[in-house]
Amino acid sequence: MSTVASQVPAAAGLADSVASLQNVSRVYNPGPNEVRALDGFSFDFRAGEYWAIMGSSGSGKSTLLNILGCLDRPTSGDYLVRGTRISELDDDELSELRSKELGFVFQSYNLIAQLDVLENIMVPLLYQDRPPADGEERARMLAERVGLGSRLTHRPKELSGGQQQRVAIARALINNPALILADEATGNLDSQTADEILELFDELHAEGKTILLVTHEPDVGGRAQHLLKLKDGYIEEEIR
Amino acid sequence: MGRSTLYRAVVLGVRSLMLHRLRSMLTTLGVLFGTSSVIAMLAIGEGASAEAQDQIRALGSQNVILRSVKPREDPNQGSQRVRVASYGLTFEDLHRIEDAYPGIETIVPLRELSQEVRHLARVADPRVLATKPNYLEVTGRLLVSGRWLSELDERMAANVCVVGSEVARKLFPMESPLGQQIKIGGEYFTVVGILAPRVRLADDAAKAGEEITDELYLPLSTGVQRFGDMQVRMRAGSMDREQVDLHEIVVAVDVPENVRVVADAARAMLERYHKQGDFEVVVPLELLARAEETKRIFNIVLGSIAGISLLVGGIGIMNVMLATVTERTREIGIRRALGAKRHHIVTQFLVETVVLSVGGGAAGVVVGLAIPVAVEHFARMHTVITPAAPTLAFSISALIGVVFGLYPAWRAARMDPVDALRHE
Repeated sequence: MSTVASQVPAAAGLADSVASLQNVSRVYNPGPNEVRALDGFSFDFRAGEYWAIMGSSGSGKSTLLNILGCLDRPTSGDYLVRGTRISELDDDELSELRSKELGFVFQSYNLIAQLDVLENIMVPLLYQDRPPADGEERARMLAERVGLGSRLTHRPKELSGGQQQRVAIARALINNPALILADEATGNLDSQTADEILELFDELHAEGKTILLVTHEPDVGGRAQHLLKLKDGYIEEEIR
Repeated sequence: MGRSTLYRAVVLGVRSLMLHRLRSMLTTLGVLFGTSSVIAMLAIGEGASAEAQDQIRALGSQNVILRSVKPREDPNQGSQRVRVASYGLTFEDLHRIEDAYPGIETIVPLRELSQEVRHLARVADPRVLATKPNYLEVTGRLLVSGRWLSELDERMAANVCVVGSEVARKLFPMESPLGQQIKIGGEYFTVVGILAPRVRLADDAAKAGEEITDELYLPLSTGVQRFGDMQVRMRAGSMDREQVDLHEIVVAVDVPENVRVVADAARAMLERYHKQGDFEVVVPLELLARAEETKRIFNIVLGSIAGISLLVGGIGIMNVMLATVTERTREIGIRRALGAKRHHIVTQFLVETVVLSVGGGAAGVVVGLAIPVAVEHFARMHTVITPAAPTLAFSISALIGVVFGLYPAWRAARMDPVDALRHE
């Protein structure tokens, strides 16, 4: 894509906008010592885009990720996921939205220790109000897809870091999410394993998934389709 | 929640708990001990009171028992080795009661004789009791074989006796004692019957429940005529001479309502004639009422103690669950991020707590049912397990899981997902 987001009228962008931030601010400790982690932040992430979000610590990228992941709410402004206004949802509805529309990949994998590979992949479905009937079938397919088809009954501690991250990616895909949020997903892996994971992201991108990859490594950031650099809660640079 | 969902929640809860086997097991111990002690204590308490009540009933709930009591010894006579003590119920007392009170059905006097019992070279040392033939009817005791003392025996002062099974066994190990001659003191007696054992009254805790078989009965007239009024007891280094007319008078009352009246009247009469207080009046009906009251207090005390131990078990579970919630903050964050609603988190931890407490409760029921069996076997105490006790104890343990699980579960659900995810 070559168009710059700021040039696209907001209404026109909504059609294929997956995640839309409209004048979003997030203020911590309101009062004289308040911290404005995000300040009047507006951006649209569109279907099929693969973004890397970079920035030094304190740039607001964690705050952005929390809001994008519906784990936190903006102090002011609006955030829409596939057209649903977050501010209108209560805690349960927001949780339901997370289980249906979002996929998380964390730096430290964050698998659940007492569950095996197949069960870990299926966790998001567990919390949906009406889980799909073919959940287990899809989980098996996804495990196959990330190359762990033969390890379905292994527990996380029996897997290597790279394998655990593959399980986490399969888990992030189980609900066919609008948005995959990866937070330093390769941060704990050696360069070769990291490369394999990034290849997996490339493949997912090629399949049309929308991916937001938060990283502080320029190499990793460089592999994404687009790059968003943050500084002090503002967009410093936007490379498409 | 559907059945399969609940089933899955329980399975997952068990698996989470199995990650820390030792901790989970130790946690359930509190509830296990609580539950088992509730059951065991109630069983032992029920057993003890049932036994006490049986024994009291065996005395005859419509009976009033008057007994001779040796007055407290005068300290000035303490060094005296040989003396005659004269005390207790007299034949006059017997007649006064017989004459004076309506509502009395039967009166049975008893005298205890200190005599050695022999057959050839064999010696037995039973309680030798001289009584009237109506003794059997009033006390409701049973014969194993032979016959009881008859009116004729009494009138003739016949030399016949009825022996307890232990006496029979000691003196006649090889043959039936019926019709055999035994020697009581210096007199020969014919054995005419063998008595069934009776259960000792729980006046001595160590011997409560023991069967009394070491007894010998002979007609009162025979006892008085053959052995006189003096009883001699040999003790280590001293000889006690006692003169007691009657050791016991059992008064059978016609209707239960009159038991109190007769007892009070008898007590008043005895107090008038026995200034030194050498008697006691035992009213089984009163003992029964007192036993009921004791049982009630006993149950309250035991129940409270067991309840407290269950409570402590519950607090132990809550403590561990609070630590578990803190320890699994990150897991909670992950689950919340992946879409778990607050009620999912509450359910997860509540199920784990209930699994712990119900597991402890179930094991407690097993242990609690085993303890009375062991107590009965080793301590020879009677126990009664009412179906209510295990049901109650188990229900309380399950309830404790819910009550003490709610707060940790609520703490878990209340966590902010962002903070929880950042938790190391």
